[in-house]
Amino acid sequence: MIYILYIAMVLLLVGMLFAVVRFVIGPTAGDRTVALDTLTTIMVAGLVLLSAVFDRFIYVDVALVYGVLGFIGVIVIARYLEGAL
Amino acid sequence: MNSIYEIIGGILILVGSIFLFLGGLGILRMPDVYNRMQAGTKATTLGAMSVILGVGIAQLGTDWTWMVKLTIIIIFIAYSNPISSHALARAMYRRKRYPIITSTDPNMDAYREVSENEKMEESK
Repeated sequence: MIYILYIAMVLLLVGMLFAVVRFVIGPTAGDRTVALDTLTTIMVAGLVLLSAVFDRFIYVDVALVYGVLGFIGVIVIARYLEGAL
Repeated sequence: MNSIYEIIGGILILVGSIFLFLGGLGILRMPDVYNRMQAGTKATTLGAMSVILGVGIAQLGTDWTWMVKLTIIIIFIAYSNPISSHALARAMYRRKRYPIITSTDPNMDAYREVSENEKMEESK
């Protein structure tokens, strides 16, 4: 079971690396915001995997709060790009 | 000795992590902001939900209280990810970023003309 978690975390790390590359080289602000949204979702799954690896139930709360804050951040940046803020 | 919960949960975790990897790859690979949104939102939604459900099922044999909070996270992801991608797509459309149409399909000619006309009106 623990090796499956390690393989899954390596796959998540490579996906996050691709999203970070797009975050750095993205031509416009919209591309960077889409990369940030993807990073947030992958990071929530990674934090849940970490809580399963360390076997600590309290780490699930960190994933929940990170998901809420990332969602609010993406919404605020999207409204700003739209010109509504 | 693995229980049946750990086997089902491990399969779900592997499938979900492959979907998350493909979402990151699509973010890097796709040519347009709308294509990136398509690849980066749907694949990561399914992948994150599958990974979280897999962790919950794998812990179900020892402690069932994991499944309650993980279900809350799954429900939150299922409604927050489409909302954020919709807000981003609307913002990009109102900033006049039109999709790049590289298809040679003759059915796409009408959309290509609309896109180019709006670009010319914007540049005037």
